[in-house]
Amino acid sequence: MPETENPAPPAAAPILELNQVAVTARRDPVTPVIGQIDWCVRPGEFWVIGGMHGSGKSDFMAMLAGLSRPHRGSYRLFGVEMSGTTGEELLAGRRRLGLVFDNGGRIFNHLTVAENIALPARYHQQMPPEEITARVQALLDATELGSWTHQTPGGISRNWRQRVGLARALVLQPEVLLLDNPLAGLDPRHVRWWMDFVARLAAGDALTGGRPVTLIATTDDLRPWRKAGRQFATLHDGNWHAIGPMPAVGNDTTPMLRELLVTEIGE
Amino acid sequence: MQKGTASLPEVSSADPLWRMPVPRSLVRFIGRKLLELILTVQGLGAFALITLGVFFSKFNVAREVIRPMIVTQITRAGLKPLGMVLFLAAALGLVVIGQMVSLFTRLGANEYLGLVMVTTVVRELGPLLTALLVLSRVGTANVIELGTARALGEIEALEALGIDPVHYLVVPRVIGMALGIFSLTVYLILGALASGYLWAFLQDVPLRPGDYVRQLAGALHGLDFIILALKTCGFGAIIAIVTCYHGLARPLRLEEVAGATIRAVAQSVILCVFLDAFFILIYLLA
Repeated sequence: MPETENPAPPAAAPILELNQVAVTARRDPVTPVIGQIDWCVRPGEFWVIGGMHGSGKSDFMAMLAGLSRPHRGSYRLFGVEMSGTTGEELLAGRRRLGLVFDNGGRIFNHLTVAENIALPARYHQQMPPEEITARVQALLDATELGSWTHQTPGGISRNWRQRVGLARALVLQPEVLLLDNPLAGLDPRHVRWWMDFVARLAAGDALTGGRPVTLIATTDDLRPWRKAGRQFATLHDGNWHAIGPMPAVGNDTTPMLRELLVTEIGE
Repeated sequence: MQKGTASLPEVSSADPLWRMPVPRSLVRFIGRKLLELILTVQGLGAFALITLGVFFSKFNVAREVIRPMIVTQITRAGLKPLGMVLFLAAALGLVVIGQMVSLFTRLGANEYLGLVMVTTVVRELGPLLTALLVLSRVGTANVIELGTARALGEIEALEALGIDPVHYLVVPRVIGMALGIFSLTVYLILGALASGYLWAFLQDVPLRPGDYVRQLAGALHGLDFIILALKTCGFGAIIAIVTCYHGLARPLRLEEVAGATIRAVAQSVILCVFLDAFFILIYLLA
């Protein structure tokens, strides 16, 4: 029997798999804010999800991070069904996944910048103290936070607090990084830094053990993400719409998508 | 009766008050308050059980992180209010002895000064006053800190990092508050007993220090020490659990933190008084 030439590589097992998932708001766990999502994310993918303010992006990210359960449907994270998971399995899933919150990263006000970054590693005791110190220092250098190492969050601006949130999410070297509207309210200089840094993570960086990180970002402004993102989707009026790569986004004429991409008033 | 207007049931003016029908709004008010009470007791009970479960199940988890937090909480509840406690101890000695001396001198019963100090200060006022002081100083700060952290989403951030908020935030506070109130009560009692003698001395009561100490020792029993330890640790656990419950257990907005603090203080006082009454019962039965 002749061998097939250049067989297609087998598709990697999905990291996240959603089947007919409905998402509820965290403050109102009865009413779904997103109706039905069928979606699959494989290792190394980079998804950007656009949606207006109040479209349910943060609730969706919280559900992906295992902070809330799907209202209905099946959500599998690293092959484990999250709907009925409790205890250790849920914790194990969360440790392999990093979440950067919006609006200043929700860093802990009673800890310094360095303590904030070190906390997950110290709590989970997955490495010796010297290694934690070295890893925190590497993250401080990479995120240019060295000047604020011993400051508490109250003393630094929102631009830098967001970076503390990013460094804290990276300290356990997650396989998947969820970025919940990370660029909202940042100065243009910081937006450029984030885009460069996210591209480094997507390509594989020493900070995350050299392997490409699977990235999922939400945004209410798709413009900065046009070059960085590889797959795009939108959330609008409670509906999920997976579009595909950037050329497909360019051809999509949905008014909401055009609004998320508009560069100047009147364009 | 006019259509569309509400009216009260007709009552004869000759009917006595207790035979009049209870207004429906009052029944609703009492019912609502009763339901709130049941839900609060249920919530507090569940939260206390969860904390107990986490304390035992995660006893050896992340000790390098939790241990310094326990030390911080002991310092906060057991050391920082020391100045205030010593001031209170001096005042307590004055209040009890200052009032009792003139009465006992008239009755010729100065040999009972030690017994009075033990009964009022060691058994009752010492633990309760210390608990109220720590509640006003540290308990309120607990609700504000945790409620603000909850409102700002920091608790959700802990969960996202795989850190159990009860283990990280509540367990150190319960241990710290229990040990803190115990040690502060000991300081308060020692201070009040010393200041009591000082006030008696200043009022020319013919009582030698040795006699005073003998009176105190004679009035104290083994059960006093056991109950003192149990009661003060119980007060600490109650205050920590109630204040953490109101700060953490329900989603809060920033403007709701003040209301949560008021509820936590009121419920802590009520539960501490109930616990105190329980120990009085033990004294009476012993």
